[in-house]
Amino acid sequence: MTDPTSPAVSRRRLLGYAGAGAAVGAAGFAGGMGTARATDGTAAPATDRYPFHGRHQAGIVTPAQDRLHFAAFDVTATSRAELVLLLRSWTAAAAAMTQGRPVGGDTPLPYDSPAADTGEASGLPPSRLTLTFGFGPSLFRDADGKDRFGLADRQPKALRRLPHFPADALVEQRSDGDLCVQACADDPQVAVHAIRNLSRLAFGTAALRWSQLGFGRTSSTSTSQATPRNLFGFKDGTANLKAEQPSAVDEHVWVADGDDDGAGWLAGGAFLVARRINMHIETWDRTSLREQETLVGRDRSEGAPLSGGTEFTKPDFTTRGNDGRPLIAMSSHVRLAHPSQNDGVRMLRRGYNFTDGNDDLGRLDAGLFFIAYVRDPDRQYVPMQNRLSRDDGLMEYLQHTGSALFAVPPGVRRGGFVGETLFA
Amino acid sequence: MKHPRLVAALVAGVSLPALAACTDNSSSSDQGDGRTLNVTSSDDACDLSADSAPSGRLVFKVRNTGSKVTEFYLYAADGKRIVGEAENIGPGLSRSLVVSAPAGKYVPACKPGMTGKGIRSTFTVTDSGKKSNASAAVQQQVDDATTQYHEYVEDQSEQLLDGTKRFVAAYRAGDDAKARALYPTARVHWERIEPVAESFGDLDPKMDAREADLEAGQQWTGWHRLEKDLWPPRKAAYTPLTKAQRATYAGRLLADTETLHGRIEKLTFTVDQIGNGAKSLLDEVATGKVTGEEEVWSHTDLYDFQANIDGARVAFEGLRPVLAQKDPALERQLAQRFTALERMLDRYRVGSTGFVSYDKLSDTEVKALSDAVNALSEPLSHLTAAVTL
Repeated sequence: MTDPTSPAVSRRRLLGYAGAGAAVGAAGFAGGMGTARATDGTAAPATDRYPFHGRHQAGIVTPAQDRLHFAAFDVTATSRAELVLLLRSWTAAAAAMTQGRPVGGDTPLPYDSPAADTGEASGLPPSRLTLTFGFGPSLFRDADGKDRFGLADRQPKALRRLPHFPADALVEQRSDGDLCVQACADDPQVAVHAIRNLSRLAFGTAALRWSQLGFGRTSSTSTSQATPRNLFGFKDGTANLKAEQPSAVDEHVWVADGDDDGAGWLAGGAFLVARRINMHIETWDRTSLREQETLVGRDRSEGAPLSGGTEFTKPDFTTRGNDGRPLIAMSSHVRLAHPSQNDGVRMLRRGYNFTDGNDDLGRLDAGLFFIAYVRDPDRQYVPMQNRLSRDDGLMEYLQHTGSALFAVPPGVRRGGFVGETLFA
Repeated sequence: MKHPRLVAALVAGVSLPALAACTDNSSSSDQGDGRTLNVTSSDDACDLSADSAPSGRLVFKVRNTGSKVTEFYLYAADGKRIVGEAENIGPGLSRSLVVSAPAGKYVPACKPGMTGKGIRSTFTVTDSGKKSNASAAVQQQVDDATTQYHEYVEDQSEQLLDGTKRFVAAYRAGDDAKARALYPTARVHWERIEPVAESFGDLDPKMDAREADLEAGQQWTGWHRLEKDLWPPRKAAYTPLTKAQRATYAGRLLADTETLHGRIEKLTFTVDQIGNGAKSLLDEVATGKVTGEEEVWSHTDLYDFQANIDGARVAFEGLRPVLAQKDPALERQLAQRFTALERMLDRYRVGSTGFVSYDKLSDTEVKALSDAVNALSEPLSHLTAAVTL
């Protein structure tokens, strides 16, 4: 099926597309899916893909890939059996796609049938694709509080629609959802292919409610990664949790046994906060560097806190300048968001920059698609966001247009399906 | 305005794989079980990677390494009856043939140059214990399906002609209220057989073009021209058609409908055309009706919506006995999803035959309808392959 000399592959090579190439080398490209099949099941570790099965779902502490396609679905079916069937078919498709294999296997369907896989990822490497699934509050109870699938008594206490934060301008069609899938990959075509095929498998059981493309990760989730910049031009997520801090990840990300007695199925999982945050790019770009750095609390070139040092120097919120004011302003983002100012709570941020073209006035429809994984949103997200929405000077340049909270079940065992513990 | 794929892969009564078996839906990951065969068709040889396979769903991956266009056939033991075929494989190309084959002897053949008896060999399918629930009755069911569908199309065409006559008479007489009432109900018969009507590439643009479909300089005639005259735009300046113009446009529509009717009487149908026709009808709903683009002036889109579904349902019901034998799970799923979509549409009925105006639907209602269309369309896209396999 895969022809290494196919135009698609050649084109990408000519363009010097980086992606997984740096890690994988030419063999990864030329081999494409063929390589994926050949090496599947052998002991040689592959660097262009992550295992789908495991204790936790991939795509959380996994080093953040370059591209995102995030999708939220409404379940249209009414039976629990249909819902489980969808999760099983999603699991099989995800296990294949993350390893660079097509949906539905390699055996062709009849010529008079549409193909099982939509085909646009054929010849591309797995591109470190991860697919991470979550359940929204509306999966458990509908708007009237009615139990939809016999799951209501297992709804985690913290899994509720996020409260209204000051200055929220949420669009219903960009918010909430019964199910979510976070697709991250180093190639946008691989991420979009995954969401497209999962949507296709869902027809009749769940319908796409909203989806968001993201380019350019805005966070590092591994110390091996340099801190990227958001569309304000500043380094973002310097103080993020990293995969190399397992005890911190255990403390702040993974739900533990006993966290919520009614929702033991979520142990080993996490909560996912998604916020679509538009940036007023044009007014920001007219703002003096002095003002920008004051609002952020870091310098733009290095990302160092204004109290001094380098990027990873701990901010000193007490140091004052010659005017007697703190070098890191009281309303600065870094102060308001810093763990030391928030009872020590931390989050694992995994957001992406986005640009959805422009609005009717010729302004970029752009910003940050914020994603954070936390163990308890009521403690780790809601108080901090209230504070930021109320006091953060940056809010003048921000508008939250989408919002969702999902419970992300633990990892999938071989032979099992995603979310299995919820239905057990 | 697109054309249904009139794939001649299977002609009812001639090449139906009457003994084809039904296998389960898990077509994936069959590799390595001996049911995938590689066929290399060169200009002077036809090499198969094995000369036998266990019974079940077999895949012949045919690769044309020769310089001529080739074909691959799998004949029954008599060397005459076609079990399956892959046609028109250009040099260098590959194509897969999927068949459900019960145990027995077969004759595979490559036909480089597409002529003659082909380069033949023998092939054995051993009994793997996989059950075949095919029956000789399938052939009769196929014949029934094609006959019934032909009768349905003819009947709809007749009603279309009749409805058009009455609509045209009211319109020409200047009885706009009556013409507006007759417009959607006459068109129902067009929409029920839309892929058939659209297959006549000369008539379709004359009869069913929307204003937005036209190219510069093209004259606009047909249903939607009259629609705009009966539901003239309120905001933009619009010059109503004169009595003479009305007579001209109405006369043409009627004449074209008569031509269509004459041609439809001569048509015959194959099961793949019926299956693909059902899929095309749902495509029409998804791209034109659920978006309100078909009837931009009258907003009678839900009449067309229901009519497209009616036509697809008739096609499905005709093929249902065959499908029930070949893929009962798909048969059940399609029946359920047709019913779910019909129930949803029923909410928008007014009186016995009418529907609410499309512009009264909320965005949420349109989304729900669209979701239900997708829910049906996805499995429906597998109908043709399921009944022809």
